[in-house]
Amino acid sequence: MISQFFVLSQRGDNIVFRDYRGDVQKGSAEIFFRKVKFWKEDGKEEAPPVFNLDGVNYFHVKVVGLLFVATARINLSPSLALELLQRIARVIKDYLGVLSEESLRKNFVLVYELLDEVIDFGYIQTTSTEVLKSYIFNEPIVVDAACMPPIGPAALFMQGNKRMPGTAVTKSVVANEPGGRKREEIFVDIIEKISVTFSSSGYVLTSEIDGTIQMKSYLTGNPEIRLALNDDLYIGRSGISNFGYSGSSGTGPVILDDCNFHESVHMDSFDVDRTLSLVPPDGEFPVMNYRITQEFKPPFSINTLIEEAGTLKAEVILKIRAEFPSSITANTILVEMPLPACTTRVNFDLERGIVGQNADFKESHKKLEWSVKKIVGGSEHTLRAKLNFSQEFHGNITKEAGPVSMTFTIPMYNPSRLQVKYLQIAKKTKTSNPYRWVRYVTQANSYVARI
Amino acid sequence: MDFLAHHHIISPDLCPFCSLENCDAIHTFLHCRFALDIWRSAGIHEHVMIFSQPSFQLWFQEGEVSDLKMQLRQLAGSRAPGTDDTKRELFKKVISYMTIGIDVSSVFSEMVMCSATSDIVLKKMCYLYVGNYAKHNPDLALLTINFLQRDCKDEDPMIRGLALRSLCSLGVANLVEYLVGPLGNGLKDGNSYVRMVAAVGVLKLYHLSAVTCMDADFPALLKHLMLKDKDAQVVANCLTSLQEIWSLEAGTSEEATKERESLLSKPDRLCDCNSLSNITSTGELDLLLAFPHQDRLVYIAQLHKMKEFGEWAQCIVLELVSKYVPTDSDEIFDIMNLLEDRLQHANGAVVLATIKVFLHMTLSMTDVHQQVYERIKAPLLTLVSSGSPEQSYAVLSHLHLLVMRAPFIFSLDYKHFYCQYNEPFYVKKLKLEMLTAVANESNTYEIVSANAQSFGSIPVTELCEYVANVDIPMARESIRAVGKIALQQYDVNAIVDRLLQFLEMEKEHVTAETLVLVKDLLRKYPQWSHDCIAVVGNISSKNVQEPKAKAALIWMLGEYAQDMQDSPYILESLIENWDEEHSAEVRLHLLTAVIKCFLRRPPETQKALGAALASGLADFHQDVRDRALFYYRLLQYDVSVAERIVNPPKQAVSVFADTQSSEIKDRIFDEFNSLSVVYQKPSYMFTDKEHRGPFAFSEDLGNLSIGAEPDDTVVAAQRVEENDKDLLLSTSEKEESQGYANNGSAYNAPSYNASTTTGGSQGHLDLVSLDQTSTAHTTASLAIDELLGLGMPAGPSPAPLPSALLLNAKAVIDPNAFQQKWRQLPVSVSQDISIDPRGVAAMANPQALPQHMQAYSIHCIASGGQAPNFKFFFFAQKAEESSAYLVECVINSSSCKVQLKIKADDQSTSQAFAELFQSSLSKLSLP
Repeated sequence: MISQFFVLSQRGDNIVFRDYRGDVQKGSAEIFFRKVKFWKEDGKEEAPPVFNLDGVNYFHVKVVGLLFVATARINLSPSLALELLQRIARVIKDYLGVLSEESLRKNFVLVYELLDEVIDFGYIQTTSTEVLKSYIFNEPIVVDAACMPPIGPAALFMQGNKRMPGTAVTKSVVANEPGGRKREEIFVDIIEKISVTFSSSGYVLTSEIDGTIQMKSYLTGNPEIRLALNDDLYIGRSGISNFGYSGSSGTGPVILDDCNFHESVHMDSFDVDRTLSLVPPDGEFPVMNYRITQEFKPPFSINTLIEEAGTLKAEVILKIRAEFPSSITANTILVEMPLPACTTRVNFDLERGIVGQNADFKESHKKLEWSVKKIVGGSEHTLRAKLNFSQEFHGNITKEAGPVSMTFTIPMYNPSRLQVKYLQIAKKTKTSNPYRWVRYVTQANSYVARI
Repeated sequence: MDFLAHHHIISPDLCPFCSLENCDAIHTFLHCRFALDIWRSAGIHEHVMIFSQPSFQLWFQEGEVSDLKMQLRQLAGSRAPGTDDTKRELFKKVISYMTIGIDVSSVFSEMVMCSATSDIVLKKMCYLYVGNYAKHNPDLALLTINFLQRDCKDEDPMIRGLALRSLCSLGVANLVEYLVGPLGNGLKDGNSYVRMVAAVGVLKLYHLSAVTCMDADFPALLKHLMLKDKDAQVVANCLTSLQEIWSLEAGTSEEATKERESLLSKPDRLCDCNSLSNITSTGELDLLLAFPHQDRLVYIAQLHKMKEFGEWAQCIVLELVSKYVPTDSDEIFDIMNLLEDRLQHANGAVVLATIKVFLHMTLSMTDVHQQVYERIKAPLLTLVSSGSPEQSYAVLSHLHLLVMRAPFIFSLDYKHFYCQYNEPFYVKKLKLEMLTAVANESNTYEIVSANAQSFGSIPVTELCEYVANVDIPMARESIRAVGKIALQQYDVNAIVDRLLQFLEMEKEHVTAETLVLVKDLLRKYPQWSHDCIAVVGNISSKNVQEPKAKAALIWMLGEYAQDMQDSPYILESLIENWDEEHSAEVRLHLLTAVIKCFLRRPPETQKALGAALASGLADFHQDVRDRALFYYRLLQYDVSVAERIVNPPKQAVSVFADTQSSEIKDRIFDEFNSLSVVYQKPSYMFTDKEHRGPFAFSEDLGNLSIGAEPDDTVVAAQRVEENDKDLLLSTSEKEESQGYANNGSAYNAPSYNASTTTGGSQGHLDLVSLDQTSTAHTTASLAIDELLGLGMPAGPSPAPLPSALLLNAKAVIDPNAFQQKWRQLPVSVSQDISIDPRGVAAMANPQALPQHMQAYSIHCIASGGQAPNFKFFFFAQKAEESSAYLVECVINSSSCKVQLKIKADDQSTSQAFAELFQSSLSKLSLP
């Protein structure tokens, strides 16, 4: 049972505060914020999401810069409390369209209304946007989404790709369109976060895909939906040796190590034809989370060369190659590389003719940052950086620099080749055919090359 | 101000400065970023401002609030169209003031007047307002009773539910009489929302006035609802309310205690139980009995309904199921089959709750238990990677617990615990711990299966990558992890090489952290001294600044003085800078090192020694001065004695700071899926008793041993703290304290503390075995009240033998009194002893030990547990007086170890009783 729930802004202001049990002192938000802010004197370590202070357990999650906090006296399940906080954030986002300090402040009455129904006397009642709909009467005051930082995985679609109705993901589940009638549409997003570690010789040490099929439905009447996945989809790695190495050739079965499903999903025919059927509740939710360690072809190869030029100078040559088809374009690429602590100045030699390219040396962190707006599949880009050291450098630069890490987003591409073959909506009325958006995206989670 | 307020209330306008928020006084002064800029430029930080709000509020509150009051009053009676909208705006204003801490209780009556409306949004706001102020203004609360009671009979079920919830949440004790009627109706309401609210409402009423709640017989109604209701959430709420009510009731009500007594006094029931955790309290028993048929059927029925429950309710039911003890293995499999698909739930809380059920149910079935570990692996790993970092943290903590219990499960999956560069530090730290745990095991595993090296060293290689990381805390943690692996493994060759390579990296933090580890390594593996010293000798002491690292370096300089050419000179230069050395720890080490060095290489060190002693004697730090004086006198007295004391033959330390006792680990495991796992402490160490929670109440006997024993808790807590500390620090500090405590005599082993402690425990063992022989003769005479041990030739007994102690053969105590006494008394004797394996064998029959002890007038009052851990509670009473002895005895049948905790009315005889108890126990196997 939860004693209190509150949301703090980055500055530590109380945006929302709800006491359910009255067994934790009122000043807990302030105590909490001080503790988190000054967790370690050097400020380098982050406070863990769960800690105990004078007999009060504090749970917190960070969502778009806001701190969602719960307190409890009892020995609660930590995953329960943390999951609850995430869900509360999601429910609020479903209702407000955007989650931000401003939208919370403008809609605090609605937020309190939600909180009253989500938790009663410290016990969780429901976090389902669908169920809550019948209890909620306030209407959201919509906040302009354009200037808001995006939230959630689906927000990646807002940038770049014009084909997607970017505003749709910030639509409240209860607010009506300006036209007065709701647009029938459903979004299915296949989002894969990839983690790859390359050894210094360019060989893949570890690779993993954390995928999720995210759904957001704006369909009226809650029709049943069938989602068909690849025929050659297998779960569990027990039979892996029979399939052999197949990842990079682009064919062969898709093997998930493991997956889990949203509770609305029925898997009756999953074993037969790999279809999932569900009646999607309102709001955004993950239909399925999956994990793949089957080898796949990394979308980028990274090549780093360091040449020492005397004791006070060195040159770093970074080469990245896009290993995906040329019909696909990666967005917002950022390459980072820590440099030796005695680096004072870096001169960059950028390739000409590339739009939106920028390289910078962040002196305070001793870090090289190279950002490129777009990279087309199959192309190769190089950055040359000349380093100047304040003192003579002895020994090995590679021990003081690196590893090179990379972040990027690649729309309409997923390395696992998991697909939604079709999305069937059981029709109840003869209204116009609802819009169906099936979108794929790949994001770098931890993409690191050692040097 | 008036104009402003008026203006913005009638037509809300944006702040003219920032155009972000509505412009009101609070915004203008506190929230507007332009205002903030002004404050900041005046040197007032926003934090200060938030804290100073109360004084700020006084400033403008009166005008603002009274204005609101006026307007509300005007609207109260109005029925004009559009009134509701205006009201909404006003209500919002009131509530927004309320949330930022401004007291708006003065508009209470106006708010209540205005709430006579059918607009549900307005009602909701009003309820929120009322709920906030009623508790502290009971008089005002009385005003609301009328309209809330009326709303409880409204046509709209939403309004009925909301009103009932608000009514129950008023929190005013002398208004409870008004609650009973609406609650009773609520529980019978046709709408499930109202019933849902009512079920929780009963619990609220219980907290306000337990008597009223019990008198109205609400628990019985809840029980009825729980079994009959069609709505899953109503059932779930009944369940939670009942759980909490009964757990609280169990502590106070006579009836509940009586039921519990009957439970405790039925030994056959206790012995039936497979584990301690299922000795249920009344609350849970009631829950079981509440179901129409036998437990079994109901649980299964409940599980079949599982999918109807929402995910959160599932967590509650699963938690309850984990307490349930199935009658046979078929039932266990039935339950597990029913629950298996819960492992694929996207909600981590559901998955962990399910895993808890699986783990606890299969505890006694070793094979199945292993299969469970295999089965839960993949879902847990998926949770780690699919959830938020916070969720990963919670799940990783549980994985860590599992790995400690069954290290083999992840020996092939270590790659999952490689750190990703963008993870928060707390996740990385846990992953490092996982790698440490896994690496350790894979190597021991490899030792058995031949192709060693290749495998176990992979995680180490990975760790070495992190050491080179630019992230300093991360690098430090990684070095510690490498060191931990080295200290755990038999084959440290490769790892020592790695550590020495770290020293060559010439990064200050790496060097510092590594030095500390090398020191620990040398203490455990003196055979590596040669390689290490060669490298350590090359480190310039100027590059080492951190006290801990410096102390480690100095220790090595002293300890291996004969191997290191420069050691006297390095020490000398360090002593020259004595005054600049701020850490007393370093100065202490410096003294010891210089005297060690002197004894080995007198001519070279003489000068340094003189300087060190002089500086030491003049030091302002008490400990440093004492140690300098001690060395000075020692050298004056006899150099050869000094040699023996300061430079004893080197001995390898086998065990460093003691790890958590298995009892604590087991208790944490019992509390799987709770904070205990994250904190790595059992719940009694961090929660107050009354907050142990609805799920903890079943550990009734467990509470006996843990309930409110201040000293026990402190000891255990210290143990945990020690674990957290750096290995070196904890041992070296112990050395120090022990050294002083023993008045210098312990100085013969200043750096090998472990030998003294093992000596100590040896003493215990001796004691027991001695008693065995001595009391064997007295067995016969004991029964006729002979004096124990006194008449016997005591022999070379290390401790004085106990004085006369006669026990009452017919002593009786009722379980409740026992429990109370156990809570009140402090532990007077607490020891770990070993028993004869034959005795353990005899315990295959659970009644054997109680019967055996009965012969010695020690009565068993409760018992439980399952192989290999058994727990017994004994009771004995002095023959002449009513002075009692209480014993908690935990027997591990696989290691033949016994943990005793004795509490006594008469503390002075507790030692005597302890020995009597041990001797009786040791004779279990003897015919």
